[in-house]
Amino acid sequence: MSSVTETTVKLTIDGLEVTAPKSYTILQAARLVGLKIPHLCYHPELAREGNCRVCLVEVEGARSLVASCVYPVGEGMKVRTNTPSVRETRKTVVELMLANHPEDCLFCVKNQHCELQEIAADLGIRRVRFSGEKREAKKDESNPSIVRDPQKCILCTRCVRACSERQGLDIFSSANRGFDSIVEPAFGLGLDEVACSYCGQCTTVCPTAALTEKDDTQSVWDALSDPDKYVVVQTAPSVRIGLGEEFGMASGGIVTGKMVAALRRFGFDKVFDTDFAADLTIMEEGHELLHRLKNGGVLPMMTSCSPGWINFVETLHPEMIPHLSTAKSPQGMFGATVKTYFTEREGVDPSKVVSVSVMPCTAKKWEAKRPQLNDSGYRDVDIVITTREFARMIKQTGIDFLNLPEEEFDDPMGISSGAGQIFGATGGVMEAALRTAYEAYTGKTLSNLDFVGVRGLTGIKETSVDMGDGLVLNVAVAHTLRNAEKLIEKVKAKEADYHFIEIMACPGGCLGGGGQPYPTDADIRMSRINAIYNADAHMKYRKSHENPAIIELYDTWMGKPLGERAHHLLHTHFTPWEGRLK
Amino acid sequence: MEKLARAHVLICGGTGCSSSGSKEIIPEMRGKLKAKGMEDEIKVVETGCHGLCELGPLVIVYPEGVFYIRVKASDVEEIVENHLIKGRVVDRLLYREPATHATVPDYDDIAFYKKQQRYALVNCGHINPESLEEYIGTDGYEGLAKALSMKPEEVIEEVKKSGLRGRGGGGFPTGTKWQFTRNAVGSKKYVICNADEGDPGAFMDRSVLEGDPHRVLEGMIICGYAVGADEGYIYCRAEYPLAIKRLRGAIGQALESGLLGENILGSGFNFMIHIKEGAGAFVCGEETALIASIEGRRGMPRPRPPFPANSGLWGKPSNINNVETFANVPSIMRDGGDYFASQGTETSKGTKVFALTGKINNTGLAEVPMGITMREIIYDIGGGIPNGKKFKAVQIGGPSGGCLPEQLLDLAVDYESLIRAGAMMGSGGLVVMDETTCMVDVARYFLNFTQDESCGKCTPCREGTKRMLEILNRICEGKGTEEDIPLLESMAQSIKAGSLCALGQTAPNPVLSTLNFFRHEYEAHIRDHKCPAGVCTAFVGYTITEGCRGCGLCKKVCPADAISGEVKAKHIIDPDKCIKCGACQSKCPFKAIEKG
Amino acid sequence: MTIKNLEDLRKIKERAKLSTSARRKSETQVIVGMGTCGIAAGARDVMAAILDEMSRAGVHDVSVMQDGCIGMCQKEPLVDIVRPGEPRVTYGNVKPADVPAIISEHLVNGRIVSGLVVAKV
Repeated sequence: MSSVTETTVKLTIDGLEVTAPKSYTILQAARLVGLKIPHLCYHPELAREGNCRVCLVEVEGARSLVASCVYPVGEGMKVRTNTPSVRETRKTVVELMLANHPEDCLFCVKNQHCELQEIAADLGIRRVRFSGEKREAKKDESNPSIVRDPQKCILCTRCVRACSERQGLDIFSSANRGFDSIVEPAFGLGLDEVACSYCGQCTTVCPTAALTEKDDTQSVWDALSDPDKYVVVQTAPSVRIGLGEEFGMASGGIVTGKMVAALRRFGFDKVFDTDFAADLTIMEEGHELLHRLKNGGVLPMMTSCSPGWINFVETLHPEMIPHLSTAKSPQGMFGATVKTYFTEREGVDPSKVVSVSVMPCTAKKWEAKRPQLNDSGYRDVDIVITTREFARMIKQTGIDFLNLPEEEFDDPMGISSGAGQIFGATGGVMEAALRTAYEAYTGKTLSNLDFVGVRGLTGIKETSVDMGDGLVLNVAVAHTLRNAEKLIEKVKAKEADYHFIEIMACPGGCLGGGGQPYPTDADIRMSRINAIYNADAHMKYRKSHENPAIIELYDTWMGKPLGERAHHLLHTHFTPWEGRLK
Repeated sequence: MEKLARAHVLICGGTGCSSSGSKEIIPEMRGKLKAKGMEDEIKVVETGCHGLCELGPLVIVYPEGVFYIRVKASDVEEIVENHLIKGRVVDRLLYREPATHATVPDYDDIAFYKKQQRYALVNCGHINPESLEEYIGTDGYEGLAKALSMKPEEVIEEVKKSGLRGRGGGGFPTGTKWQFTRNAVGSKKYVICNADEGDPGAFMDRSVLEGDPHRVLEGMIICGYAVGADEGYIYCRAEYPLAIKRLRGAIGQALESGLLGENILGSGFNFMIHIKEGAGAFVCGEETALIASIEGRRGMPRPRPPFPANSGLWGKPSNINNVETFANVPSIMRDGGDYFASQGTETSKGTKVFALTGKINNTGLAEVPMGITMREIIYDIGGGIPNGKKFKAVQIGGPSGGCLPEQLLDLAVDYESLIRAGAMMGSGGLVVMDETTCMVDVARYFLNFTQDESCGKCTPCREGTKRMLEILNRICEGKGTEEDIPLLESMAQSIKAGSLCALGQTAPNPVLSTLNFFRHEYEAHIRDHKCPAGVCTAFVGYTITEGCRGCGLCKKVCPADAISGEVKAKHIIDPDKCIKCGACQSKCPFKAIEKG
Repeated sequence: MTIKNLEDLRKIKERAKLSTSARRKSETQVIVGMGTCGIAAGARDVMAAILDEMSRAGVHDVSVMQDGCIGMCQKEPLVDIVRPGEPRVTYGNVKPADVPAIISEHLVNGRIVSGLVVAKV
């Protein structure tokens, strides 16, 4: 591609000669000579704005300093990154940010994860020379997923760009002028009053604590320390993929055993696996697809396990609701099952059970609060924490996570297949569903379980599966809501004849979720994907319908997929969210 | 054919004169003439601005060229009876030179106009801006006709030869800018006219648009031909309703007559012009913010490169010039670049329009050759400082400019000399200040403006100007410290070096130039707790002298109960309670209260 | 109006120059006495005739001006013709019918119309 044939230019940076592709910025070229220019508003996956002015450098002949993150390299250009003017100006810029920022770093949820803090330390800022007015703006805690604290905002607009470029939602924009400038939803509304999907992608790019997940860790501690409660936990497929990064491991490591051990040390009565419920979702969703195919149901059927995607449909595309699979998400199925099947089986009083889930996702916090999710007779899921909150809890306990001995999930809801595991990656639900649907439809055994056509980070993926007897199943997979929108348009325009579509709100799927460790970029997402498929390949069971715990559940208690009990506990309904967008 | 009129009565209908009452004079004049049966003999023409807005409404009677000022509707009868019928000039309405108080009947003899050289403003006030024919009568669209007979490259060469530079602030060579857009790759290109005049007190662009709209259109069409564009936008602030109305009218006339649209003057060249109304954000005068605003996005600048010449409106190569720049183009084409280049200085050719405001007798617009001295502008054209006060400084270049002191009055004004002196040409705003002006307060005023108008995108401009403003506020409130001056200087350097666009890069200029030339005033505030000009109220205090007879009047009027004292005994003012309103001083019958 | 080429443009320019010629003070002037006496004697009609004749003949770059009473009230209406470098000539008892001759002979061609002259300055 272009990288091979692209012309290069020669320039010098701090006297060092650099040959860089013509399309490079100074910031990128500086990396080639081992120079990391500090930056805040720049994000490798987002459009470049050059607004924070931290990455300033001197270019010979330029009228003022230039932002290296946007300034293109040029032939013969002479760049200096360490002159008195550059040092002085960078420091002043960061000082100015700090002067309009709360001085509560030690108590801040982003302490030690804050890019502003890191840069202030790197630049050696020891005091702020200015004191004066600070931005007064109310914290928005209007919703269960995301907290927006405008006082901590440095107006880098990464969230504006992430929401617009990844999700096409444009929830945030700049408002007002001068010192009154602020980044906020339209008219300063709360996130509960706008079309926010609660996907949390904004929280993954925010360099400070202006956008964070809602912290629910204290509720978990409270439940665990209540002797009257029976506290169970489920962990989503992507949590074990990302968690190690919080403890300094390279991305792509899987820490399932240590994670289970840590949870058990917290004092959970049972440590279960959302992967089990993912297998259950496949059983229901796969059979729902076959049912729709056989009985002329609404096609294409679309997955419904990503709550960011569900929010998106309910607020902005209610016309697509009939396409959504009625099967609950794995979190939802787990919640409904643990307070019925499990409590019955173990003789536990379901009213004493506190059901906690650890998710890579901020929208799951909202999903657990959906009024529909009470089919067990109780709140199916009581508390949701994200991977990041979970890591903070581990740190609070002093557990030496990296040296924990590995432990196994509890029975029976800790047993899972590789199909459940790959739910964490874009295309994973589709692949898992195909493994089961194919065998259920044809009665034959799949010779090759790997549907590679739906794997990887391409935005929209399509593949076809020959089901025999003349049925060729056309499927599509999209991740991010911007790509979802494209697929919806295609479906509505009848440009494609899909039977089944998988949609995940976050880039890369759940493993790139809004509750995952910082930072996340394409390389990190790819290594997490590789880890997931590697785990799948080494699983004892790789098809949901072969998971013995699932077989036992249906045989002994649930009945058949789509049966009466399953219908009651494992399926749900969706409603247009009209009230929210007045 | 229209019958020849023996006299033309030109009544200024510009925004300034309209607001002082010319809208009533026009129908009154027409009515009175009709009553006398002279409506065919004498023509009444509503014109654009003459520049001396301070003295409006202005009426000029031709062929004599008699210049009447501050005309009211009730004066019309006298003008008709005496001047128009009997040929007797109405003395009491004539302009008087501020220095000599002598009346000056002839427009051309008025000192305000004598030293001017009207090139961009040549038609303003002299033609009916709503008449295409009158514009053509002043050689209008000849420049376009000539340009269309040349190759586009030759047109650019002519503009380069003229030495014309951007009149909106930056002073970039116009011909070179056109060349960039011509050279840019792409079949679709745009011409944009920046009519988002934003400097406080500057209104030269408005005057041209209101008084001579076709001149701007002609300049844009010539530019379109030269750069290879077929579409133009005029970005005009919605606060200029008359300018927009005149532009719409002019575009309509040009389209109807074939001077705009398809196959202009049979040349095969097509060009269309649209008007885009802006909301008057100062930052939208910055090219990339202006483009964003036309595109319907928030008006915020973006880093350059890419420059608009390569990637401008909707990503297409676009050439942006301001109104005054375009207004110079038709004459350059008609008379040739050499003629334009024969005016002005080595690096700055032609003329520049300045808006004179502040403590000056003749406030208004003056177009002068580059290289004229500040002294000539202020004293010869502007008529000097009113009320016998002493000149202190002139702020030039709008909020991004600088304040120049008396010792620089003989500076020959051009782009480079102003930059060297710590100011800038900007769009040509000139604010004159006398001895009653506090220079710290002035710096504070301009910084307050830029802070308010900062788009908020980049950190140094958004946060830095705020902190500088806070420091200046502290100094004016008597809370300044010795560290404040070096801190201001250090911040000013960082904001200049680090801001994204010219707004931030120049915002500290008023502070730096006042620190440079009037540092002693800062020091007086900080060290001596004094405001030398007596402006900053924090340093003002009232005391009662021995002259007090104890009448008690001051005690009665004091709204803050700050005055105490027995009847017939000397009263005293409690400085902690005093709010410095001065009511006591104006009430005291014995002049026994002093301000100091 | 449609302007298809340079010629069209020039034509309009000529027309506009004529209709705005009153805005240029010319050294060539026609001055009509418009005091009470002049108006009573019919100066208004003479003025109208002058303007008509000038329009008809396409005369421009001439300033048509008015004057108050200059003293020879019995000879009103008075019309002065001023041409650069020539003496100012005053015609008296001018009637509208005399105007075409004064314009075409004297104003345009510099030949004084002798019968009506009352003064030369």
